Formats: sequence, C-alpha cells, structure tokens
Amino acid sequence: MATYLDFEQKIRQIQEDIVSAEIRRDIPAVEILKKELDKEVKKTYSNLTPYQQLQLARHQDRPYAMDYINALLENKYELHGDRHYQDDHAIVCYMGYIRGEKVVVIGEQKGRGTKNKLKRNFGMPHPEGYRKALRVAKLAEKFNLPLLMLIDTPGAYPGLGAEERNQSEAIAFNLLELSKLNTPTISVVIGEGGSGGALAIGVADRLAMMRYSVFSVISPEGCAAILWNDPTKVEIATKALKITSEDLSSLGLIDAIIDEPLIGAHRDKEGAAKAIGDYFITSLKALRGMSDRERLDARYAKLVGHGAFTE
Amino acid sequence: MGLMDLFSRSKSESNSAQPKLTEAPTHWIKCKSCQALMYYKEVEAQEHVCPKCGYHMRIGVDQRLAIITDQGSFVEFDASLAPTDPLTFVDKKSYKKRIEEGIAKTARHSSVVSGEALIDGVPTQVVIFDFAFMGGSLGSVEGEKIVRAINRAIAKRQGLVIVSASGGARMQESTFSLFQMSKTSAALAKLGEAKLPYISVLTDPTMGGVSASFAMLGDIIIAEPGALIGFAGERVIKQTIGSDLPEGFQRAEFLLEKGSIDMVVTRGQMRKTLGDLLRMMTAH
Ligand SMILES: [Zn+2]
Repeated sequence: MATYLDFEQKIRQIQEDIVSAEIRRDIPAVEILKKELDKEVKKTYSNLTPYQQLQLARHQDRPYAMDYINALLENKYELHGDRHYQDDHAIVCYMGYIRGEKVVVIGEQKGRGTKNKLKRNFGMPHPEGYRKALRVAKLAEKFNLPLLMLIDTPGAYPGLGAEERNQSEAIAFNLLELSKLNTPTISVVIGEGGSGGALAIGVADRLAMMRYSVFSVISPEGCAAILWNDPTKVEIATKALKITSEDLSSLGLIDAIIDEPLIGAHRDKEGAAKAIGDYFITSLKALRGMSDRERLDARYAKLVGHGAFTE
Repeated sequence: MGLMDLFSRSKSESNSAQPKLTEAPTHWIKCKSCQALMYYKEVEAQEHVCPKCGYHMRIGVDQRLAIITDQGSFVEFDASLAPTDPLTFVDKKSYKKRIEEGIAKTARHSSVVSGEALIDGVPTQVVIFDFAFMGGSLGSVEGEKIVRAINRAIAKRQGLVIVSASGGARMQESTFSLFQMSKTSAALAKLGEAKLPYISVLTDPTMGGVSASFAMLGDIIIAEPGALIGFAGERVIKQTIGSDLPEGFQRAEFLLEKGSIDMVVTRGQMRKTLGDLLRMMTAH
C-alpha cells in the first residue's frame, strides 16, 4: 500500500479516479483525469515548503539505497563486514556494473517493514559500518574503480556500543581518508542526509542531492529541541537550517541537484534510478577527463573552500 | 597602513596581550565534583585543578596558554577572522546577537584562538578552543583558523597541537558548520603527508562534530582527567536506548580503557608531555 502525505491527498484522489475510470473503460474520462493529474502534480510539487520536502525525503515509499542498487547494478556482488567486529546492515557495499561501467557502490540502507527496519537499524550505522565503507572504498582505490556513495540516514547511531567502539573516530577517519582517496568518487544524497553520519560517506569529487532530499547538520527535531527549547518548532527549524537541495545548491555547498521525476522518486522509482544513473555516467566521464593530480587537487580545493567568514 | 588598520591591529593586540573580560573570580570557588570550597588563589595556583579531588575545572584560553606554552612565546594569528551570518539565522535569539554576546564574554570573534608558540621549547602551531564562546562550537571561522594553522605548520615544518573544548557543530551555521568537519580533516591529511605530528588534546567537553573530525585524528590523542568525550550527547543516547548511562561513560578514563585515546595526562604534566612527544616526532 502506497502512503500519501497530507499535501498529496488531492493527487491520491485523482489517481484513484483514473483507476476507476480505467476499470469502466471510460477512455475520455481517463484522458481528462490524466491532464488534471499533471496539473495538480505541477501545482503541488513546484510550491513545496522546506518541511514538506523533509517529509518527502523521509517518505517510506521513497527508493532506498537497495532500490537504486537493484535498479542500476548488473552482475553485482555484495561485500560484507569491516573485518574487525561485525557486518553492519545499515551500510551496504557492492561491486558491479552500471551501464557497462565497473563500479563500487556504498549505500546507507533504511529498512521497510518492522523486521527490516530493525535489521537495518533504521539506517543508522555503527562505527563498524563506516569502517566497512572505508575498507571497500580502499578496494575501489586499489583497483581503480569509481566509487558511488548513496547517502540516506537520520544520523550515525547514538548508542552505548557505538560510543564504546568510537563512533567519532570512525566518522573522522572516513572524512580524512575519503578526502584523498585516489579514484573518482561521487556521492548522492538520495533521502535524508543526517549530519556527520551522512558526511562520513559524503566526501567526494562530486556531491549531489536528489531534488527532494535534505542535508542537515542536525535533525530539525533536535534543533527545535535545543535552540527553541520547543519540539513543536520543527517547521520553523527546518526552514531556518536551509536543508533542501535548492538551498544548499544556492549556498554553493553541493555540486549538483539531480532532477528526480516531478511527482517525486517515491511515485516513479524507475525515473529516479535513471536520473542517478545518468548523473553517475556524466560525472564519471568528466572526472576521467582529469588527471589524478587535477582531480585530487580540485577535490581538496573544494573541501577547504567551504566556509563563510570575513577578515 | 591606514587608520583602520591601526585600529584593528591595536584592537587585536590588546586581545592577545591582557587578561580577558572573563568573569572576575569570586573569592571562593566550589569544586563541581567534590563540592569542596576553596579560596580562588589556591585554585589558580593549582592550574584550576581541585586540590582535594583532582577535578580539572573548565578554563579559558589565557589560562590554557599559560599552562601549555612557554611564557611570553605565544603569537596569535588570524585574530581578525570573524563570522558572518550566511543564513541570517534566528532562533530564540539571532545568531548576530549570540556572536555579540560571545564577543562581550571573551573579547574574541571566535571560539578558537590560534597561533605559534614554544611548547617546552619546541616551536609549534597551537589551536585552542574557548568553551565560553558559544560553547566552543565549530563554525566557519574556527574551521578556517585550523586550516591556516595546518598550512603554517607545513610551511614551517612544525608540529600542531589542538586543544579541543566544544559541544560540537554550530547549528546557526548549519551545513557550513557541518562541512568544517571535512575541511579540517582534509587539511590534516596534508599535514600527515608532510609527516608532521599532530597532537590532539581533548578537554571537557569534546563532543559531536568536533569529536567526529579533527579531535579524533591526532597522531597522538591525549585527554585531561575526567573530560567528557563522545559523538552523541547524553540526552540523545538516553532517548535512544531508553535507559541511563553507565557510571563514567564517555569520560577520558573510559575512552582510555576502550582503546580510543593514547593517554590521560594531568594539567601539571601537560606541557612537558607535549614537548617530549613533539621532540620525538620532529627534528627538534
Ligand atoms: Zn574537588
């Protein structure tokens, strides 16, 4: 069963009307309704508030990393474990081909349904997840394979074991190592980009966001609780934090917005997967046009260039 | 040099030279740990370590400099770097107002003071966090100061010491703040490639985005006794796991036990320890 948000109710109604018209074989009605649907989709999705975009980014029907991996990757093999502690199911790693290009993919994976949500720990990795990611990233470097990273997490897991095994170091070390990993790297925020837990696989030659994804230093809920001392101020915090793809692009903090289908990736998974595939192929071509030195220097210049200050 | 230059220069010099507008000590200080009441001169003479129980109290930049650097050797750099308000952020207060309050409290524009100093005779690039300025939070100015200190270390073939005291990222700078984590970590990779030592000193508290970037990337990581160090805060962990945290969790000694840091060093031993280690890892 598809889930519809408040602001999608009208769209849902028209979609249901189309289905009944199709059952009645009322072709003219279907034609009219489809036009109406197009109009409604345009109206709804071209005026989304930041809070509505946040809801879309977290939408449970939105494609997760595994949906993209299944749609894009051919002849794929999953790689497991950090070789030290255990296999973290909140991060998945694969080798395979995207449109004939060899590639290594690392993705943060949320689960669907209670059982899978628990297995994936709601997409919140432990240190061993980030260490697995780095191990596999190094594999990509060693064999000169491009690396595609798919970001989708509420944040790194805040728990006892995670702290004991040094969550901070796991994230920090990824930031350092990915800054100098010598192979073309592309990161895409596909849903929720939750703080350091997202950034830990977000240091790359190209950092892109899907149109309705978000990227934030803290969850708007956490921000509302801390800065406003009032958890009900989530909508205001969401707006203030400037977390939408449009915001971050205009602030110069990301390299590209990937245009997912207007109706949202959650209603057109094939369209969304195609958009990521296109972006990967185009970016890879551009990055392959640079020498190793040029690519690493450009990545470094971008990373250290971030900041807003006066002197 | 124009008049404005002169003005800003004299201003920044006065910043680094004399005692700050930090709260004047009341005559009696109560230890947060053992509740003992002590005369402030006694506490100052002990480098703000409780003579009764050894608790390391939070201290400001000037006190920190006095403890780890050789007297009169510190030269501040980049004091004129100041925050802008890129998102015109307003929560209960505006970010601009919070910056003004931070300046009033510390006489600085930033939670970081950076420069060059002798540590037990070794010329070193030093970065010190001031918790009094917006909780030592990491914003664009702080990140830039760290990167410039790293660049000076590479240019002068010196080691780097960063003394952290921070609640983490500065929410008012949102993603700009988040990206200071990757910015500083990338610069540390360059320092590493230059084979120059970085000693990270973790003091109470070192949390969140600071802990999860440069603070945990030291060639050697030293913590002060009892310092709170971790990624997630107590409130968030409690909320997630639904129970209280074990005694001593996320304290320096806990991290030492778990293998996350190299050593726990008292304030009294800090300068000699830093100097000895820097000498072993550089040409001095
Ligand atoms: Zn005491």
